[in-house]
Amino acid sequence: MFPIEVTALNHWFGEGEARKQAIFDVNLTIDQGSLTILVGPSGSGKTTLLTLMGCLRDVQDGSVRLLGTELHGAGMSVLEAMRRRLGFIFQAHNLHESLTARQNVLTSLQVHGRGNPARQAAAVEHMLGLVGLADRIDYLPGNLSGGQKQRVAIARALVSNPDIIFADEPTAALDKETAIPIVRMLKELGQSRGTTTVMVTHDNRVLELADRIVTLEDGRIVKDERLR
Amino acid sequence: MTHLLTLLLRRLPIGWLQLTHNRGRMAAALAGVAFANVLVLVQLGILGALNGTIAVAYAPFQGDIFISASDANTLTDGSPLARRVLYQALSDPQVAAAAPLYLGNVEWTRQDGSIAEMTVYGLPVEAQRFAGPLIRDALPTLSVPDTALIDRGTRGADAEALAQVSPDTPLQFEANGRTVTATGNFALGGSFNADGSLAVSDQTFLRLFPNRISGTPSHILVDVAPGADPAEVVARLTERLASEPVQVRSLATAKADDLTYQTTQRPTGVIFGFSVAMAVVIGLVIVYQVLSTDVADHLAEYATFKAMGYPHRFFLSIVLEESFILGALGFLPGLLVALGLYQGVAALTGLPIAMTVTRGVMVFIGTIIACAASGSLAARRLRTADPAELF
Repeated sequence: MFPIEVTALNHWFGEGEARKQAIFDVNLTIDQGSLTILVGPSGSGKTTLLTLMGCLRDVQDGSVRLLGTELHGAGMSVLEAMRRRLGFIFQAHNLHESLTARQNVLTSLQVHGRGNPARQAAAVEHMLGLVGLADRIDYLPGNLSGGQKQRVAIARALVSNPDIIFADEPTAALDKETAIPIVRMLKELGQSRGTTTVMVTHDNRVLELADRIVTLEDGRIVKDERLR
Repeated sequence: MTHLLTLLLRRLPIGWLQLTHNRGRMAAALAGVAFANVLVLVQLGILGALNGTIAVAYAPFQGDIFISASDANTLTDGSPLARRVLYQALSDPQVAAAAPLYLGNVEWTRQDGSIAEMTVYGLPVEAQRFAGPLIRDALPTLSVPDTALIDRGTRGADAEALAQVSPDTPLQFEANGRTVTATGNFALGGSFNADGSLAVSDQTFLRLFPNRISGTPSHILVDVAPGADPAEVVARLTERLASEPVQVRSLATAKADDLTYQTTQRPTGVIFGFSVAMAVVIGLVIVYQVLSTDVADHLAEYATFKAMGYPHRFFLSIVLEESFILGALGFLPGLLVALGLYQGVAALTGLPIAMTVTRGVMVFIGTIIACAASGSLAARRLRTADPAELF
């Protein structure tokens, strides 16, 4: 079984006259434990495809099977349960402004229920240590640099040991010196846990880290290279 | 606080952290909630004062049954009754006693030239059982013609000076062209209809109101015999007096009818009721604005939580948490300001405007419910939208 199987996927934005197709007949299967990078020009549908696979958008036509579960027509509770098995890293890091790094990461554990507070605290501290923020645990996002915020976001996505990680241009807001190490960290942490990672990026600097590069243009897959 | 809330909510107190993260915005939200509270509390206070003065007007007398003219909606607006009604009531075997009650308004011209409108209560001096505790003990002393007890709560009067009025230090004044001597005082206070009250004997009343034909009381007070059922006597008297233009009610019913009439039929009551409704609506709008702004400000963050798999009830619980915090913290300053305004209005008008525990608790609970409902309503967008559309 593949963690992600996309079959005959179409997607439209807008209503009526303004309705515009963004994804055309996409078929894609992703291997377990791989790092797949989606590339393509702006408006090519990379992010749309990513959010469709990541349960962040309703599937309109075709099929997306995630970890064996069909997302097309799935109910709210199925979607919520699926989302809890994923880790999402956003372009704008999307940390909660009023929560410290520790609290932000903790929200990713508390979504699974109350659990054991001491064990959760230990997991959060360990994870923030892994991303190199051991000394910034109780900082609010406002007091962290862009790279540090993105590392908190990575810790938040990874702490609950998700089956799949989706990353939407995680390096877009970062400079070169910060971008490469962050993606490398993401790849290493993913590999050590056997996590499947799908990333959208504009950033040519990080392509060499990919196992597979899928290129989209105008909502269609135009190139699919396996590097490893 | 964060620790306490964590234990209480069994999750991160995100509502509290959100609110305290931006103190300026929280202060503005609290000011909004407090203002909504002040609005509603003050309007309810004024309506409560109206209800209070209506009830207080019944304090100088008591009895089981109250017979009034059929056109009497309040204490003071009915036609006089025929004295034979009194004797007809007394002929019922289960009526223990009955007495006439006279009511009228006079102008008290004070030494400084100012005029106070006084409600005059006239009772037979021997009808002590029908006098309220306020005047019961002093009632027999009013057998001296042209003597009265004066209301030391009279609006615009020097309460301390009036409290000194006694048989040894009487107060003489002019009313309806007669010289009246006040030989005692009681505390009733002004109302929407009059500035204060006087208590006199039925004889003195008829001298003050020469146009009131002797023996035409405003109302008749009836006590039933010990062990008799007042409701039964009311029914029997109603039947016996069917040919007279009167209505027979228990005193409590008469009071309740008066209250209903004055708050729903009289312009003052209707206006105050309307003001309360307006205040509640404006308060709701303010509270909705505060909560929906707050939800809108955090929509992107909530969308992130939704993307992580949090269910909708999680957002509702954050909204509820914020509602409790804003409702509770906003209520206190609102209450304090309202109490200050109560004092100001009471000092200015002499009306018995005061906070009651019931009113405070109701407004408090109402505020929290309004906050929670507004927040939930504002969070509805979150329920239907895909997370990807909200970042």
